[in-house]
Amino acid sequence: MSTFLSLLAYGLADGAILALAALGFVLIYKATGVINFAQGEFLLVGAYMFYTGFVVMGLPLVGAALFGVVVATVIGVLVERVILRPMVGENPISIIMVTIGLSMFLKAVVQAFYGTTPKSQPAILPRSSVEIFGAMIPLNRLSAILIAAVVLTAFTIFFRRSRHGIAMRAVADDQQAAMTMGISVRRIFAMAWALAAVSALIAGVLLGDISAVDQNIASFGLLVFPVVILGGLDSVPGTIVGGLTIGLLHQFTAGYLDSGLANVIPYIALVLILLVRPYGIFGETRIERV
Amino acid sequence: MTSRTDTTAPGAAPAAPGAGSMLALNNVEVIYDDVILVLRGLSLAVPEGKIVALLGSNGAGKSTTLKAVSGLLPSEHGEVTDGSVTFQGQDITRMDAAERVKLGMSLCMEGRHVFEHLTIAENLTAGAYTQKGSGEDLDLVYSYFPKLADMRSRVAGYLSGGEQQMLAIGRALMARPKLLMLDEPSLGLAPLLVQEIFGYIKRLNEERGLTVLVIEQNARRALEVADHGYIMEQGRIVLEGSAADLRENPDVKEFYLGLGEEGDRRSYRDVKHYKRRKRWL
Repeated sequence: MSTFLSLLAYGLADGAILALAALGFVLIYKATGVINFAQGEFLLVGAYMFYTGFVVMGLPLVGAALFGVVVATVIGVLVERVILRPMVGENPISIIMVTIGLSMFLKAVVQAFYGTTPKSQPAILPRSSVEIFGAMIPLNRLSAILIAAVVLTAFTIFFRRSRHGIAMRAVADDQQAAMTMGISVRRIFAMAWALAAVSALIAGVLLGDISAVDQNIASFGLLVFPVVILGGLDSVPGTIVGGLTIGLLHQFTAGYLDSGLANVIPYIALVLILLVRPYGIFGETRIERV
Repeated sequence: MTSRTDTTAPGAAPAAPGAGSMLALNNVEVIYDDVILVLRGLSLAVPEGKIVALLGSNGAGKSTTLKAVSGLLPSEHGEVTDGSVTFQGQDITRMDAAERVKLGMSLCMEGRHVFEHLTIAENLTAGAYTQKGSGEDLDLVYSYFPKLADMRSRVAGYLSGGEQQMLAIGRALMARPKLLMLDEPSLGLAPLLVQEIFGYIKRLNEERGLTVLVIEQNARRALEVADHGYIMEQGRIVLEGSAADLRENPDVKEFYLGLGEEGDRRSYRDVKHYKRRKRWL
């Protein structure tokens, strides 16, 4: 029972962080139709930007978070403007290659400035544990779940209620019609990339805190693919379900079966899902009126 | 070729088309992909507070005209290469589409183009993107289309064609347009629904003073509600006049209304082949 509970907590924490990372991916895909292979590197850059603010520049926690958000937004907007806007109308493979190139570039830049050794960063989340039904659950995992939940809720409300959130969904639905409403498609694209970078930043910082600030953050980001394929490439609620499923699957396999297998299992799940529901659990199917 | 002199209002100066109008196109030429010439010097004017119908057969360039007016051409690799478009005296030929909406012109695209995965209420909110407060506009749209109010949380993709057209018009109204442009609002709708939609257009014009530019294949219906009509062929205006004059014009009767000289319904079979192929220019 105690193993189960702690695996559950670890799985949910991983899953919540994955959901945040996947949210950025889905935002970009939904609004602009670009499959962003650099999402894992966005996590990496986010975590290192926060590290820069918090440790290198010695800013207080809130200051470092704001610094990270500003830098992430700037990077997101720059990527859209400089790299992807000239690619509009090119074939999807070229655009995918561009994002793969971007991922290598971002990773190399981080290595060039910070080296490959893990950075030590003072803990942000509480380090102690609580005992729940005999299982020792670390508080930092619980906090990570909580923070991710708050951020995901905020994003959901943004998309349902706010003018810009609805405009983003409108652009995702029908770009030309959105233009006739006076919605600037370019601005929405930039906004999607900026929001994706910010959600990746939050995921990267949480991940850096519960594990370490190092290059592995980018590899964790790879798990975004099984998550979004499971949830549906264009579904925001799908990222939550997909993230939690993959997180739990990963931890339970590691705990009960084998830790090596745990690294493979998300991709086995990916293949199975593609066989059964190629557009994911919540992926938008085309609406056919009858 | 007597039709042109017959239907043009006496005293109208063709040298300055659209002077004092809300919208004026002056000798507009549009080229797609740098090679396909679609509009070859088109001029028309939409006076404030009037309903103007733009008629013509498939491929005449009607939709392109509306896209040139609303700034959608760049997204389709099209370009206004000559002439000018003015709205309330301001040259908007190369203005960004979003800016034009802010000036007060809304387009309802052909085929309705509602945001399928958004609810009715969200569609309307998206329509009000350029406006700050939109509570009153929402009430207004719901008062014109009470059916939409009843279904406000339904996803738009599952609405019927008529409901989607009402939503598309309502959504365009949310941007508080002075000029509403409609591209084939009757497309794919049953005759009764077409009548209903045109009824709404007429009411909006009479009650709210909305200026309307409407494209139609359904010439009869369009000329019933319009004040003025233009007929396009191959990227040019070939005939214009008051709607009443156009309805009585023998060529229009023959080609667009399917009526004989005496006003009786004519079968398409009886229309002589050479006459069908006749062009005004």
